[in-house]
Amino acid sequence: MPHTDAAAVALARDGDSQAFRALVERHSRAVYRLAHRMTGSPQDAEDVVQETFLKAYKQLGRFESRSNFGTWLHRIAVNCSIDLIRARPHREAAHDAADLDQFGGDERGDTTRVSPERLMLSTEVQEAVTAAMSSLSQMERAAFVLRHFEGHSIDEISRALGLKTNATKHSIFRAVKKMRIALEPLVSMD
Amino acid sequence: MPHLTEDDLVLHYYGELEGDAAGRAAAHLQECGACRQAFTKLQRVFALVDTVPEPALGDGFERIVWARLQPGLEHARHGWGSWFVLPPARLAWLAAIVVLVGAAFFAGRLSRPTTAPESTAMAAATGKDLRERVLLSDLSEHLDRSQLMLVDLVSAEGGQDVDVPVERTRAEQLLSANRLYRQAALDTGNLAVAQVLDDLEQVLVDIAASPEHVSAEDLAAVQHRIDDKGLLLKVRVLSSEVQKRQLIKRRAFTS
Repeated sequence: MPHTDAAAVALARDGDSQAFRALVERHSRAVYRLAHRMTGSPQDAEDVVQETFLKAYKQLGRFESRSNFGTWLHRIAVNCSIDLIRARPHREAAHDAADLDQFGGDERGDTTRVSPERLMLSTEVQEAVTAAMSSLSQMERAAFVLRHFEGHSIDEISRALGLKTNATKHSIFRAVKKMRIALEPLVSMD
Repeated sequence: MPHLTEDDLVLHYYGELEGDAAGRAAAHLQECGACRQAFTKLQRVFALVDTVPEPALGDGFERIVWARLQPGLEHARHGWGSWFVLPPARLAWLAAIVVLVGAAFFAGRLSRPTTAPESTAMAAATGKDLRERVLLSDLSEHLDRSQLMLVDLVSAEGGQDVDVPVERTRAEQLLSANRLYRQAALDTGNLAVAQVLDDLEQVLVDIAASPEHVSAEDLAAVQHRIDDKGLLLKVRVLSSEVQKRQLIKRRAFTS
């Protein structure tokens, strides 16, 4: 197995399928995690993994050796996730922020019932975050994930999503507002 | 300076405030207790968001990804006009076929062949019908081959009865086509068909990713999965719907 991505890419370009397999084995988990965050669905994430590596395989000739393979693959995975989100608009209609009261209670919240340490460990928090993420529209989710988890700038996200900068900002603002309304009651302000 | 809005706080958190605005916001947060408290709250909300664990993936995840991927790479190597990389027009046809078959599968029956006048039937026998027949034929063959494989697996006794390399090759060949049919079913909202194809895909992946020697326990697990989901029966019903559709098209073409 080639020791570096660059060596594996060079061999894979010459038709060495085991070298490409090495790249798949090194990077498929990261691609899946990104795709799962972007799409919110295990099955869609699996499809994104497949499409990402297929596209990478087809475009290996265009990959510049001095670039980082992981970064290049990450870009392909983001694009594949966005393509899939656009192709399957079944969840585009998001809940209104007001619907999130069911997750968070009223805006004041009861922050005294459980200690912060315990909350951090509890499944209650994880369930609340997962539910809040599920309440985002697909574009809000994609923009938020790219900004918050992946560290992309708003300009980069705008280009990737094909949105104007302001539209991207508002997607992120809406996503944050929904997350805040849902999760604020779980936040202690001692 | 007026209080910072939530949007300002979000941009400040992500370092996206431009020019002097970033410095002004930082200075305001030093001076204003209310805004500082709002910012702290936002930071804590984000800290909660960050506590969500990554999705759990099994030890064999990479092996399964590779098993699914490898057949597609073979097609890719032999040219991009292949079945795996469908041009949009062909994909649209595939989706249309899945819609037709899916509607029948979901309803549990197919509509009877229409008794259209001969001239109408002849007029309908266009290139469109021919392409539909070709795709129906492809889908039918795929389901037949899948059924044969499932029958072989279900009827095998002990690890010795399974010719692993042969079954693995069969599974690899079926995987990429199955994935396309499943995606077409999903994209067209045929969830019942997509579910059957998804169940089938799980079994195909298990076989394609299997080691050289399959133990009796491994085989029993695959057999259990097939039985548990009634997969063989479901594939048979789906295959039967496709064949009925083929018959209708053939009659319309020859009448």
